[in-house]
Amino acid sequence: MSYGPTPWVQRHWDLRAAANFAAGGAGSGLIVVAALSGARDAPAAVALLAGLALVAVGLFAVWLEIGRPLRALNVFFNPRTSWMSREAIAAVVLGVFVLRAAWLHATDSPGAVATGAAAALAALVFVGCQGMILRAAKGIPAWRSSATPWLIVATSLAEGAGLWWIAAAAHAQGTRTGLALFGALLCVRLFAWLAWRRSIARNARASAAMAPAGTALSVLGTALPLVLAGVAAISTSPAVVLGLAGTAGALAFGTGIAFKIALVVRGAFNQGFAIPHMPVRGKRA
Amino acid sequence: MTRWAMVADLRRCVGCQTCTAACKHANATPPGVQWRRVLDIEIGNFPDVKRAFVPVGCQHCEDPPCMTVCPTKATKKRADGIVTIDYDLCIGCAYCAVACPYQARYKTERATFAYGKAAAHEAKRHDPDRLAVATKCTFCVDRIDAGLAAGQQPGVDPEATPACVNACIAQALTFGDLDDPSSNVSKLLEMNEHFRMHEELRTGPGFYYLWDRSEETGGVPALKRLVEEAMDLA
Repeated sequence: MSYGPTPWVQRHWDLRAAANFAAGGAGSGLIVVAALSGARDAPAAVALLAGLALVAVGLFAVWLEIGRPLRALNVFFNPRTSWMSREAIAAVVLGVFVLRAAWLHATDSPGAVATGAAAALAALVFVGCQGMILRAAKGIPAWRSSATPWLIVATSLAEGAGLWWIAAAAHAQGTRTGLALFGALLCVRLFAWLAWRRSIARNARASAAMAPAGTALSVLGTALPLVLAGVAAISTSPAVVLGLAGTAGALAFGTGIAFKIALVVRGAFNQGFAIPHMPVRGKRA
Repeated sequence: MTRWAMVADLRRCVGCQTCTAACKHANATPPGVQWRRVLDIEIGNFPDVKRAFVPVGCQHCEDPPCMTVCPTKATKKRADGIVTIDYDLCIGCAYCAVACPYQARYKTERATFAYGKAAAHEAKRHDPDRLAVATKCTFCVDRIDAGLAAGQQPGVDPEATPACVNACIAQALTFGDLDDPSSNVSKLLEMNEHFRMHEELRTGPGFYYLWDRSEETGGVPALKRLVEEAMDLA
């Protein structure tokens, strides 16, 4: 490993940490989309629980990364300033709301929709915390951009919508309104990506490292799914609609996950070292 | 109040890494962990090349990002400005390490020794509490506290001064109280042009770099002023 002065890619967080952002974000997105879709009963319960399971997988992955896993509960100690503590608290709240909402949906009880909405709000807070975790990491210029949290939230919602459409295709369900929402989320993600890319443009190393994942996000994760969703929207064959929408969902999900993994393990160049003045030995130049 | 700070005179540092070795000796850090290290920076193209040796490590920031992000409150800042880590609270999440813009933090997952198996001195000083948690330069806080308790002055009395400062062969490193206008570090900063690294990130480092004598207060003019003051006193 080089010790500078030029920046190098951080090695403190690896794929396990990236998995938390990937799975946790996609799971949160799925919970939000499940609430927005207006789904009820068993499908809603399954989607909520699947989203929570993904969040749990992400947290488990990061638990495997921490040096002292038996002290993991210490993570709750500093919600006053640490976004990691806030993320942990949000995860607990999210879990409570999702379990409650899933139970109400599964038993067709009143209050299911309202509790699902609360779960969606908690999911948004959770994924927002994930974005702010990166934003607060001053040592990584590409992460500390003010555009990072918006990008993390936007891509998580798009990934959640992608998952939703994979499931919808598998169960032969889905609406054109849902397709429109999916398309809108893809566009929001594209704008968030463009804004983030502009914000890190001066960081040549990170920009270059993130270019492949960004291109994939733009082309394979946005443009192509939008075309597929557009064709699906005007198609009259249910099988074609669901096949195209499912493929679009898989592309949106996969490219989003790949982008977040790249953000953590490839584009995370540290600050490096820099001195504004060289020492003057003799007369100043 | 007291604000402990370090000053590195870039004109004096010769890059000998004695400070690095002294730090490793004083703190028994494992291979690959250098709480104090010296960068060798070269800029320009032949024949117009400049070179600087830059001691780096924890900057003991006024507003340490490592402390803000720490989810466990393991990282704290003392009233005297020294940033510390409570190894019993730290969960080893390394969030502090990615939040530090000075790459000053380390996490060692398992015990490692210079030649594989622990030598006698390594086995004696191995501290399992420092495994899988964040570690970094402490400004030799134990030496400072013990020295103060014994009535010594950090930065002046070697027993109360960080090991890297004591070891420096060129007196390039100086340690002292920034809030004391008569301290060694305050005088150096007054008489020399200086900067702090990554000032734009507003972390308020407690580590200053001297790069030239001050046009107004340093070098011959300052010496002349001191002589005049002495003459006045006489």
